[in-house]
Amino acid sequence: MIKNIIFALLAVSLIGLTACTKGSRQSKKQVKIDGSSTVYPITEAMAEEFSKVNKMINVTVGVSGTGGGFKKFLANEIDINDASRHIKAKEVKIAQEKGIEYLELPVAYDGISVVVHPESFLTEIKVSELKKIWANNDVKTWKDVNPAWPNEKIKLYGPGTDSGTFDYFKEVIVGKKNGFRNDYTKSEDDNMLVKGVSGDKNAMGFFGYAYYEANKAKLRALAVAKNDTASAIAPGPATIQDGSYSPLSRPIFIYVNKEASKKAWVNEFVDFYITKSMDKAAGIIKQVGYIPLNDSEYQALRNKYNAFKEAGM
Amino acid sequence: MANTNDSLTSVIELGNTEHESVVNQKRMAKRKLYDKLFYRLCQSTILLALVTLVILVVHIIISGVSWLSLDFFTNFTSRFAEQAGIKAAIMGSMWVLVLTAAFAIPLGVSAAIFLEEYAPKKKWVEWIQINIGNLAGMPSIVYGLVGLTVFVRYLNFERSLLAGSLTLALLVLPIIIISSQEAIKAVPLSLREAAYALGAKKWQVVFLQVLPAALPGILTGVILSISRAIGETAPLIVIGALSFVAFTPASIWDEFTVLPIQIYNWASKPQEEFHQLAAAAIIVLLVLLFAMNFLAIYLRQKYQRYKL
Repeated sequence: MIKNIIFALLAVSLIGLTACTKGSRQSKKQVKIDGSSTVYPITEAMAEEFSKVNKMINVTVGVSGTGGGFKKFLANEIDINDASRHIKAKEVKIAQEKGIEYLELPVAYDGISVVVHPESFLTEIKVSELKKIWANNDVKTWKDVNPAWPNEKIKLYGPGTDSGTFDYFKEVIVGKKNGFRNDYTKSEDDNMLVKGVSGDKNAMGFFGYAYYEANKAKLRALAVAKNDTASAIAPGPATIQDGSYSPLSRPIFIYVNKEASKKAWVNEFVDFYITKSMDKAAGIIKQVGYIPLNDSEYQALRNKYNAFKEAGM
Repeated sequence: MANTNDSLTSVIELGNTEHESVVNQKRMAKRKLYDKLFYRLCQSTILLALVTLVILVVHIIISGVSWLSLDFFTNFTSRFAEQAGIKAAIMGSMWVLVLTAAFAIPLGVSAAIFLEEYAPKKKWVEWIQINIGNLAGMPSIVYGLVGLTVFVRYLNFERSLLAGSLTLALLVLPIIIISSQEAIKAVPLSLREAAYALGAKKWQVVFLQVLPAALPGILTGVILSISRAIGETAPLIVIGALSFVAFTPASIWDEFTVLPIQIYNWASKPQEEFHQLAAAAIIVLLVLLFAMNFLAIYLRQKYQRYKL
């Protein structure tokens, strides 16, 4: 019996080793996607729908973050990158050096929601006040921001510095060149931020609209005034779509590699992505907690992609 | 425990005068108190550990058990919690389990045999031994980085099952080597001597006597380390195992996802239902791990020819 086990183990390992021969590796019809966790739910939904009708094409979606995704995108390891921000100048430079051409397609809107505890004294906030809170570590209490506010310690929660949401928030609130406070509680897991803010009356945090919407009962999203004279606008499907929830309404993107889009199945997937995003009846974008572009924007998107394809053929 | 102490004190008391016995009694009372305190301390640590475990498991079972159904095993993941399942993840985990075992076991056991039976007692062997010990304590994410550099990029295996399994095989290799060495070390010398006395060559002694005798111990170590590989997430995330996969792998070149990654992915979704779905997947993973550990214990009991 024991000898049998030994021989069985040897046999298994032999099979394992022979299976390693490279001969079995064929070119498969696959669409490789990676990138932002913010865009992931949309791409995942598209891949799910696409896989139902195209069983022979394997679509895979990873979550490496916008920056991590661009690294793979620029190493030609993936066909499409999910991005919650524009490509950065230094990433463009790498693409040029390597001769990688790509197309940026905005696929939906997200509204970064600034949230507080439901019993907080705050209901709205000005960008200048947000800047004061998040720019550096000096602000400790609400009173430090506005003398009329209570003298209580602020507890801050936000995504880590690798996140595209962080990049966007920093850019529009405190400015690209300015510093950002580093003593807030950081987590890449937005659910942890939800837990933190919903458990403390003096807490404030920011993250994507989808996480606010799923936790509406536990949180209050602040209306944001873009400058000191403007009136404050609360985040919601309408205000995010028309851009009046400014400056925290932002488009999110997929980046398509030009070389990859020449493959019929990648092209088919991108086409499907655009068509389904436009499809109001299906309402996929809304289902996963994001806000669709408006019709003319989608039409522009379709034209942009078609032009890109034709130029490549 | 307390009884032995009592009888001990009475024995001591017998030989003492009254005054001495009062002093002694005080001393003994103090010692007994310490004894009791230490006992309680040990007891409370084990209780704390158990209670935490029970709370965690009960919490997970309560939130996840209602999601366990046949569909849960036969569906791929979905944006609708009711339609989401772990087909791709569980198939991926099975592939990874088999492949990791296929790579790690022959290598690990052979290395252990060499180190125990053949390697000379020289400095370099000692050096290798120390390094294996160190590798066993390395954080798993480091193996992920090695896997990414060597298997995914350099050998161009991409994000395939092969790259993932090789990475995990590296991760468990030191543990397999060390536990197999311990098992081989525990085989009594008399067994070898008897085999030699009957004229067996060294390889016959090792392969036909030592190895079968050590097998229960080796198997236990192997199964426990493979179950560690099944629960790993970090190295697989580093090499780029995927979150959305709507097909089951057909060859070692295919891309894959595994249970821990699926759990991680669901747990980080905003909707509460997906957190419950994650709990359901955790139950599946726990059952799998329990089954493997049980198998390890069973095999050890069953094939233990020699009481080592």
